[in-house]
Amino acid sequence: MRYLPLTSEDRADMLARIGVGSIDDLFAEIPAGMRLGDLLDLPRHKGELEVERLLRGLASQNVTAGSVPFFLGAGAYKHHIPASVDHLIQRSEFLTSYTPYQPEIAQGTLQAIFEFQTQVAALTAMDVANASMYDGSTATAEAVLMAHRITGRREAVLSGGLHPHYAEVVRTTSRMTGDEVVTLAPDVLAREDLCACVTEATSCVVVQSPDVFGNLRDIAPLAARCREKGALLIAVFTEAVSLGLVKPPGEMGADIVVGEGQSIGNPLGFGGPYVGLFAARQQYLRQMPGRLCGETVDAEGRRAFVLTLSTREQHIKRDKATSNICTNSGLCALAFAIHMTLLGEKGLRRLASINHAHTIDLADRLETVPGVEVLNETFFNELTIRVPGDAADVVERLAARGVLGGVPVSRLLPGQGLDDLVLVAVTETVSEADRAAFVERLEEVVRC
Amino acid sequence: MLMTKGRPAQAVALTAEGRRTFTSNRGLSIEEGLIFEIGRPEVTGVDLEEPAPFEHRLGACERESAIGLPGLSEPEAVRHYVRLSQKNYSIDAGIYPLGSCTMKHNPRLDEAMARLPGFADIHPLQPQSTVAGALELIHELSRWLVVLTGMEAVAMSPKAGAHGEACGMMAIKAALLARGEAATRRIVLVPESAHGTNPATATRIGFEVRSVPARADGTLDVAEVKARLDDSVAAIMLTNPNTCGLFERDIALIAEAVHEAGGYFYCDGANLNAIMGKCRPGDLGVDAMHINLHKTFSTPHGGGGPGAGPVVLSSRLARFAPVPFLRRDEAGLQLVEHAQEALDHDDLGPARSKVVSGKPGSTFPHPALEAFGRLTAFHGQMGMFVRALAYMLSHGADGLRQAAEDAVLSANYIRASLRDLLSQPFGDHACMHEVLFDDHWLKGAGVSTLDFAKAMIDEGFHPMTIYFPLVAHGAMLIEPTESESKASLDLFIATIRDLAHSVRDGDTERFQHAPSLAPRRRLDETRAARTPVLKWTKQGAALPSPSPRR
Repeated sequence: MRYLPLTSEDRADMLARIGVGSIDDLFAEIPAGMRLGDLLDLPRHKGELEVERLLRGLASQNVTAGSVPFFLGAGAYKHHIPASVDHLIQRSEFLTSYTPYQPEIAQGTLQAIFEFQTQVAALTAMDVANASMYDGSTATAEAVLMAHRITGRREAVLSGGLHPHYAEVVRTTSRMTGDEVVTLAPDVLAREDLCACVTEATSCVVVQSPDVFGNLRDIAPLAARCREKGALLIAVFTEAVSLGLVKPPGEMGADIVVGEGQSIGNPLGFGGPYVGLFAARQQYLRQMPGRLCGETVDAEGRRAFVLTLSTREQHIKRDKATSNICTNSGLCALAFAIHMTLLGEKGLRRLASINHAHTIDLADRLETVPGVEVLNETFFNELTIRVPGDAADVVERLAARGVLGGVPVSRLLPGQGLDDLVLVAVTETVSEADRAAFVERLEEVVRC
Repeated sequence: MLMTKGRPAQAVALTAEGRRTFTSNRGLSIEEGLIFEIGRPEVTGVDLEEPAPFEHRLGACERESAIGLPGLSEPEAVRHYVRLSQKNYSIDAGIYPLGSCTMKHNPRLDEAMARLPGFADIHPLQPQSTVAGALELIHELSRWLVVLTGMEAVAMSPKAGAHGEACGMMAIKAALLARGEAATRRIVLVPESAHGTNPATATRIGFEVRSVPARADGTLDVAEVKARLDDSVAAIMLTNPNTCGLFERDIALIAEAVHEAGGYFYCDGANLNAIMGKCRPGDLGVDAMHINLHKTFSTPHGGGGPGAGPVVLSSRLARFAPVPFLRRDEAGLQLVEHAQEALDHDDLGPARSKVVSGKPGSTFPHPALEAFGRLTAFHGQMGMFVRALAYMLSHGADGLRQAAEDAVLSANYIRASLRDLLSQPFGDHACMHEVLFDDHWLKGAGVSTLDFAKAMIDEGFHPMTIYFPLVAHGAMLIEPTESESKASLDLFIATIRDLAHSVRDGDTERFQHAPSLAPRRRLDETRAARTPVLKWTKQGAALPSPSPRR
């Protein structure tokens, strides 16, 4: 077995040192009736070649985003990732190290986290950011719990533009603790009146921009309303690239900002692993979940970084912790940080511009398709379009014609009467030819 | 595990040794500034075409301010991150004996497989007809996990161990709601030796934690558990093998007692590596257990994640598993993403059972007739699933069992090789995959557990887990895993013995200022916590940087 260095001779020597006759003596504490005599009914070990053959076989049954004109978004986006990103995160010292609990020999990870926190804070225009969460949806649920701790209230208001799966994650957590959740109806056109929903009982309002339907939302008036009522405003984004072109939530008065960081540095990966971004105002620092990396000095006075404020965390506070999170998304956060470092201000702005320009182009082209309607007044790189007939069926037929043409809204919100809507995302990876092909195929599909 | 005690309150006084260099570099140990110090906003390492002029459609939401992000060209970025990487210890470079963390070798085949475009470049919301292979992979991994653990079903979406704990405890809560006992059964029993995540999770789901003490040998007494059982108890959360590295030999009796009292048995699966292929949690009476794919099945730790924490469930809980889940029917595998949501807190009623219409027998990997909700946006950590399945296929049933045996053998070999010098809190008995020492043997020597750990750094080793579990004073928890050769174990043992002899000989110098050969010496952690500096700012860049670049 190629992964097991001990030889039979080694094992015999070791048993002798231990002073037992056989390996089974070391498992004697397992009650006899429960010890397995035989091997389990699973295949025996395999060589690399065989494993590779098996897994390649499974991989080949999937249609990859890069092989077709591709327009899916709804919380996960296909962006180009520079080759150096994956090379660097595969460095042994990043890939195969543990959480940096011994800072003297983990400064690489720690400095990268410190830089990541600074990047996220800058991007969102917030005071502090943590070292990452699992993903955007779990970060959102954590933000709601944090708001409850801060306000002492237990009612969250969820915008109808919040990604339905994010809303469901929040509701699942709240159902367990008995906290109240007010979920507004799906808000395709961004016309809901969230301000009217904020009362003295409201702990927080959760609003997404660009929202799940692609609309941009000026949340400044809502922030003012929240402040007036003593509630917190939680701003969510699922497309981090948008922040290169869109006003950051921190400038519009958000108290907590959470988002999905997958777009930067991380592949689609069928939904995970991704990286949750979490930022807040300074005054709420000690109620934040997750790890924080801070700057300090070592015994020689040299700058150094260390995990800090851990008295918030589960390994110290146990049942009084701000969260149960332990392992987070370290390596995905590193990929985010490296890609962001490569982009820089100039690159991110340009990347965002390209995304927006391509989306404007597609929106213009779609206006020419009979029976198809673009519903958005504003957008960044994602649109909601109305198609004649059943959107899921349209998407299936597009797939049969070699175009992965978007996410039917009914996949996220079944039974809500939104069966003729498709979410269509356009990134820099979508070429002019792809856009043309999409419109052409869509015309064919809606015609018949 | 993170140590929580023994941190120096102030930076340790500097011993004058080693000469200064102009650059502050020390040979291959190269100082590196922050990207905010070396980058420039006008530089980019990504070439992108300028888009044709457009009229934006951003409404009132156009960004007007600068972001404040520096850029680096590709050579600069590569150098920056390579230099940072060189300041890290890693399992690829040496034994990483962190107890409770299972730092084993990460096969590169697994990395290559996870990067196949057929897995890495597919979207979670693609039409299911275009991801048949991905669904099949998840299903196959589910099968392995269910067979290995002898359980009924598995929920694949949890993203890490603690997330898996939340999943399991939510399933328990949902089951109690369905029984109409959620309001009365609010107590969760947690042993003192438990991971901090256990009580943190229980509280988060709305339970109250009650502690159970261990007996003198480090294991849990069924009588102590029974004394705390009544109709207010929802569940017990138990780690087995426990965090002292011991198999809970009364586990079946404990499970039986808990079940009899109407409660559920949550098992923390962090230590599954010791028993895979040797016994099955399902046979021990477990109702829910998370499996850390990033421990037992070797998906890399990545400096703190990502992990993956699928939760296996007994027949008592399988119906409450969260969405999404896979269902096999005539048409093949179907991904079920919406069980009808029961939004009323007090009613997780039977109405939702109609959502999953398949015959219960045909619903492997789990029926989830009354799914409690959703834990994350998509289907879980696919990238980790591919790696874990590659690892399992490579090992096979025989290799996994051999790995468990080698892990236990190696831990006992370390125990037998150090027992004459170090002290064990619960006496010298066979351990499972990790061996626990305490600081009794350091008493009066002027050397703390922390000092000892830091001296190991100077010898080129990552220290063991220290000050955890809390039930042992000044704990040192060593988990070698099955990945170490005998030569590697022997060097590790010889080093600890040498350090122990220094302690005995009163050579405290070797410990008190350690580490002195690492990229950094001990850190002033009090300063970090008292005046938190959590991001770089222009004004705040007051700390002395060792680099002349500044």
